[in-house]
Amino acid sequence: MRWKTAEYHGWGRALRAEGQLARPERRAALDALMREEPAPAIGMRRSYGDACLNTGGRAVDMTRLDKLLAFDAEQGLLTVEAGVTLGEIVDTLGPKGWIPMVLPGTGFATVGGAIGNDVHGKNHHHDGSFCQHVTELTLIAPDGTAQTVKPDTPLFRATAGGLGQTGVIASAQLRMRRIKGDVMTVTERRAPDFDAFRALLDESHASYTVGWIDTTATGARLGRGILEEGETIAGLVPPKKPSKTVPLDAPGFALSSPVVRMFNRAYYARVPKRGRTVVKPLDNFFFPLDKIHDWNRLYGKRGFHQFQCVVPLTAVEVIRDMLGRVAVSGLASPLAVLKRTGPGRAGHLSFPMEGYTLACDLRARPDAVKLIQRLEAQTADAGGRIYFAKDALCSADRIPQMYPELEEWRAEVAKIDPDGVLKTDLVRRLSLRSAA
Amino acid sequence: MTETWILLGATSSMARALARAVAERGDSVILAGRDMAELEAMANDARLRGAKLAEAALFDARDPGTFGPLIARAEALEGTINAAVFVGSMPEQAQIDSDPSLVDGTVTDSFTGPARLLTMLAPVMEARGKGTVVGVGSVAGDRGRLGNYVYGAAKAGFATYLSGLRNRLTRSGCHVVTVKPGFVDTAMTWGIEGMFLVAPPEKVAADILKAVRKKKNVIYTPFFWRYIMLIIRSVPEPIFKKLSI
Repeated sequence: MRWKTAEYHGWGRALRAEGQLARPERRAALDALMREEPAPAIGMRRSYGDACLNTGGRAVDMTRLDKLLAFDAEQGLLTVEAGVTLGEIVDTLGPKGWIPMVLPGTGFATVGGAIGNDVHGKNHHHDGSFCQHVTELTLIAPDGTAQTVKPDTPLFRATAGGLGQTGVIASAQLRMRRIKGDVMTVTERRAPDFDAFRALLDESHASYTVGWIDTTATGARLGRGILEEGETIAGLVPPKKPSKTVPLDAPGFALSSPVVRMFNRAYYARVPKRGRTVVKPLDNFFFPLDKIHDWNRLYGKRGFHQFQCVVPLTAVEVIRDMLGRVAVSGLASPLAVLKRTGPGRAGHLSFPMEGYTLACDLRARPDAVKLIQRLEAQTADAGGRIYFAKDALCSADRIPQMYPELEEWRAEVAKIDPDGVLKTDLVRRLSLRSAA
Repeated sequence: MTETWILLGATSSMARALARAVAERGDSVILAGRDMAELEAMANDARLRGAKLAEAALFDARDPGTFGPLIARAEALEGTINAAVFVGSMPEQAQIDSDPSLVDGTVTDSFTGPARLLTMLAPVMEARGKGTVVGVGSVAGDRGRLGNYVYGAAKAGFATYLSGLRNRLTRSGCHVVTVKPGFVDTAMTWGIEGMFLVAPPEKVAADILKAVRKKKNVIYTPFFWRYIMLIIRSVPEPIFKKLSI
């Protein structure tokens, strides 16, 4: 396999790596590579920090191994190669009435990446995490052997959300959801402040629920936002609009504090006081930002960080406090999400727990680094955890407290990758594979 | 009316992009190549994307024994038969220089193997009075260069063969499109130094289908390679022989 030396980065663009990449296009080529020169897998690099980076080392770009291999319509089981994106699956099978049980906020994520980060979606409170609907997967260990891994086995629990440390996922079988039609009704309601927002989240019974939050609002308006509740329905599909691309790195002021405040005010006001119900194509609801390719360039050359935490239900006041800190910092972007999560998780290092999750994007500036470190400390103290798929800044000593099953995960990973061939920048930074 | 595409060298990046594009519009595909496990997986993928029929078939440019069954399969299919040739091999010139026997394999893969198969297929297409042959050559065939002149020579030979085949098939209502891709983002070019303006395979597939629809004879893809190659072809030989581009 030929290796290409390249500089690459995750979605946040604040952390970068230089290393060697291979990109097999056939399964046989992947098998040969793993026998001869094994390396960790990367996909579309939609994780924000360094989960997809291996500085000075090697990585296998899986994006050309993207075939749909089999579909059993009776049982709703789809088998795919791990490099296929979730958006591609929705585009191909959505019109036939099937979508994956769990979809994260971007359709550009690959199935392999969705497993490695055990991602969640807007239906987490009902249906749990992505890997809870993976019915089997094919894993190629660093010694080159391929094996089928089934749920409820130690290796599965180490692989689900396991950040690629147990091997390269070659293919997987996913449970699909039958949908009534490939459009959605989306009900949007304003929440004028944090308490109202929280009440709306707690009462929501919709299949899909997500909240946009205005992280620039302060005082009485702190924590205001818009709750979106979605249901799939049959109906006429509004025509798909062509996607747009951000052609260059935006200048620093593009997302400066006054611009974001103005944008957020308008975004909030766009939904009438009494709320409204609109019909949207599936993609628009599940992957709202995918219509603008490379939107991460809006943050300019220096990139950005996304902070995402989850805290237990009882620690809801911590979220209010965090929102206050973000609002006064003036560093926030329009992109911020508040959601209630259920208990569903499939792996030792899976992110979700029953509680509230807050995600917000912050321009990569020295102040933002300090703010995020402060928020991470608050998360740990509240008994919550940060999301490896987003993190670029956490310190290693907080991880064992956030992830109590870390030791079980380590033991399983040490068995299958004893030489640490699959380590990535994130694994090294957070000392995940061994005590710091 | 059903259209069937026989793709030779179907596991190549460009062929895979074309297979998906035609599967999504409901055409049938015969995916021919050597890696049968991969071809079977591709056939499943094509069916799930909408192909009316999708089959894997063995084709090895160096083994003419594989040609007969493929032609027989084509004859048994109803409707329009199209063929698209993506086979070829490009060993590094330095490797060929130290082992001249590699010349034969390169020429067989890139020229004589597919030419022999197309010559066998031509009467089948003539009998139906319709269908298109897409032959993928290379800009490397436009002028022999230091870096890959054996591969270039084979592709030049194939381009000349396609031009003659076009001359023949046009009489019976069939058409031949010669495709000359520039740098395309494939396994062949991955990690090679000096690549620029690299096009995704999906772009090449879209250009091919547009050329088929418009009955173009020779296309460069992306289009600007026509002008790059125009310049390269116009450099006088006394100067060109001293260049290393």
